[in-house]
Amino acid sequence: MDLNDTPELAEYRAKVRAWLVEHKHEAPAHGGDDDAAVAARRTWQRRLAEGGLAAVTWPAEYGGGGLGPLQQVVVNQEIGRAGVPGIFDIIGVGMLGPTLIAHGSEEQKQRHLGPMLTADEVWCQLFSEPAAGSDLAGVQTRAKRLQDGSWSLSGQKVWTTNAQHAAFGLLLARTDPGVPKHKGLTMFVVPMDAEGVTVRPLRQISGEAHFNEVFLDDVHLETGSELGPVDGGWGVGLTTLMFERVAIGLGGEGFGWRADRFAHALLEDEACTRDAETRHRLGEVAAEFLALRFTGYRMLTSLQRGQIPGAEGALAKVTTIRAAIAAGDLICDVLGPEGLAHERFGELVSDMPGLKSAGGTEEILRNIVGERVLGLPPEPRLDKGVAFSELRAAEREARGDRLVVAGGASSGSGDEPSEAVETA
Amino acid sequence: MNFALSDEQLFLKEAASGALARVKTVEAAREALDGGKLPDLWPTAVAAGWPGLLVSEANGGAELSPLEAMLVFEELGRMLASVALLGHLPATFLLDRGGAADVVAPLAAGAARAAFVPARPPTDLEDGWTVEPAIGLARAAAPSFAGGKVTGTIPWVPDAPGADHLVVVLDDGRAAHVRGADAMIEPATVYDVTRSLGHVTLDDAAATLLDLGPGDSAAAWYIAQALLGAEAVGAVDVALQVSVAYAKERHTFGRAIGSYQAVKHELVEILRGLDNARSLMYYAGWAARDKPDEFPLAASAFRLTAGKAFDHAARAQISVHGGIGATWEHDAPLYFRRAQLSRRLLGGTAGAADRVAGELLTQARAEAAAG
Repeated sequence: MDLNDTPELAEYRAKVRAWLVEHKHEAPAHGGDDDAAVAARRTWQRRLAEGGLAAVTWPAEYGGGGLGPLQQVVVNQEIGRAGVPGIFDIIGVGMLGPTLIAHGSEEQKQRHLGPMLTADEVWCQLFSEPAAGSDLAGVQTRAKRLQDGSWSLSGQKVWTTNAQHAAFGLLLARTDPGVPKHKGLTMFVVPMDAEGVTVRPLRQISGEAHFNEVFLDDVHLETGSELGPVDGGWGVGLTTLMFERVAIGLGGEGFGWRADRFAHALLEDEACTRDAETRHRLGEVAAEFLALRFTGYRMLTSLQRGQIPGAEGALAKVTTIRAAIAAGDLICDVLGPEGLAHERFGELVSDMPGLKSAGGTEEILRNIVGERVLGLPPEPRLDKGVAFSELRAAEREARGDRLVVAGGASSGSGDEPSEAVETA
Repeated sequence: MNFALSDEQLFLKEAASGALARVKTVEAAREALDGGKLPDLWPTAVAAGWPGLLVSEANGGAELSPLEAMLVFEELGRMLASVALLGHLPATFLLDRGGAADVVAPLAAGAARAAFVPARPPTDLEDGWTVEPAIGLARAAAPSFAGGKVTGTIPWVPDAPGADHLVVVLDDGRAAHVRGADAMIEPATVYDVTRSLGHVTLDDAAATLLDLGPGDSAAAWYIAQALLGAEAVGAVDVALQVSVAYAKERHTFGRAIGSYQAVKHELVEILRGLDNARSLMYYAGWAARDKPDEFPLAASAFRLTAGKAFDHAARAQISVHGGIGATWEHDAPLYFRRAQLSRRLLGGTAGAADRVAGELLTQARAEAAAG
């Protein structure tokens, strides 16, 4: 057990650190949603890419560093240490780029990876829908093949980070409703400036809009916009989700959620550092963040040995959110109402209820871990082997059945009539 | 970077599990509740070389690190094995460092047995070294040393009954060697019959000061914390495996109960606690050797997390099994008793939480002062 750098890694770290020292003055401030801040962050990503710090694990032939997860962690650590922001398009470079590299045609890779890396073209992920999040394979956005082999796309996506800045989106759509839901999906590359694409920001509890809704209204896609095989989109999507899992599992400290930072925040009020209850809560929260850090090192060790991250990585996300909720509550209990107005801690409190569902709700993650890691039997499900087109009808029927029972108990009250209308 | 166990460490664990499998420890634990005699595992420990785990090679030990000791304790905890190492290992660690070569060599060989008479190191809020209260929360000062003699009372000392040697941590943080025969040791085993406890009274007992380095007495305290944590990790793993197997087998309303989310999520919560505890076990093991400054934080975070995981797992195991889990027909009550007692020993799980906070606040204050 050894957390020290090997001589080669130490040399790499020194190189990264030297680059950051030299270029630190060019870095913009953290955060900021306005156009100027975003432009500055994109320029900074270009500089990081030129320095070899943007896509450490991409193959060298596509402009990456051709290095492993350890070097990526070194870069993350050194960027954190230098106090500068990292790349702007984390979703593109961290998740969608690797998906393109794994499943894209050579033409797609040559066209897209370069501008993605330099943030000349930002990307967004168009997977989730209002009625398909945890049950992602239930997406309803429809891609219909036209006579000339091109496509027409209609539907709605949601929770789309950076849609307003994006040149392209990676989109999961249904191409064959006549087969069970996982089988009739295809992944597409969608130009965000295409006619029929509308982006609408979604404001969250904090008042900020980190996400968008994206409406697709008869959007025309060229032949060859598919990424990977037609009707093989589920496998492509799983690649993206695997990279997402790794990013979330290794990422908590990247948000500044660390045991030592929360201890610092409590120094604001020296009296509270002597209060038994406050200390107990700090101890419990801190232990969770420490556990996450060292779980990350365990995960990294397996990655480095070529093992594919398993479903248990989902537990790191559950712990991250639970600990961040407890930390936000603790700090704001100490600071009082003023804490809620605090730039960092107020936002921590406001963002957690939504993040609890991001990247899989806590409940669905527990199902996945229970079934894939512990081998527990799945919930009975209605969708196995059923064609997607018949599934909607089956759901409506099930809902209708329930309404008959509920209607008997309390006829003519509440929302039931309108749902019954929809059923009919 | 490598944050996994080595082949040697995995082998040590397997060997421990193999050696313990030859004795029906869990069955014996149940019988002991009714007054049965626990099997003597000391010969097993001696054959495996455990008594000398933390003793230097020069003094006849294996000179391994606390991580290896934790791996053995994980296996002991799994089987509810009752063997007097929680007292012996921190005691021999101090004797070895304190220059008591003549005493420690037979202890490393297992020819005699030692017990660590613990004192909690000062915190960021309290200056003194303190011992467990006999009842309640108010801690008393650790024993004092004057003119070659030690005086004091230390309740709830693990493995004190029958110990040939005691290593007593004093109110000023030094430690002294006392012969077991010179102390009054009242057996105090309670609730978990697999855990030997004693109240130790020293009344002008002849004592030899150990020649220790500044952090040694505290390190012994944190080694004991880490060993308790490791024991819990083994027990949580058992609770998880047994509960998962039952949840797959047992059907209600025509379905295996493990298919219900309420049950499934509870079992995943056991796994989450176990996984977090294991990561912190490695942290504590790594810090003990490579980052001693962080060992108090790491060992306390580990003990806290493992203790909470055990507490939860012991209850969840009973719930998943339904009523039978709360009866002597099942092993679950034995693990529940272990969890309930452990959380209240050696400063308690809650004390470990306070220590985590204290360590972080101390560090934060120092950083703030340095600007």
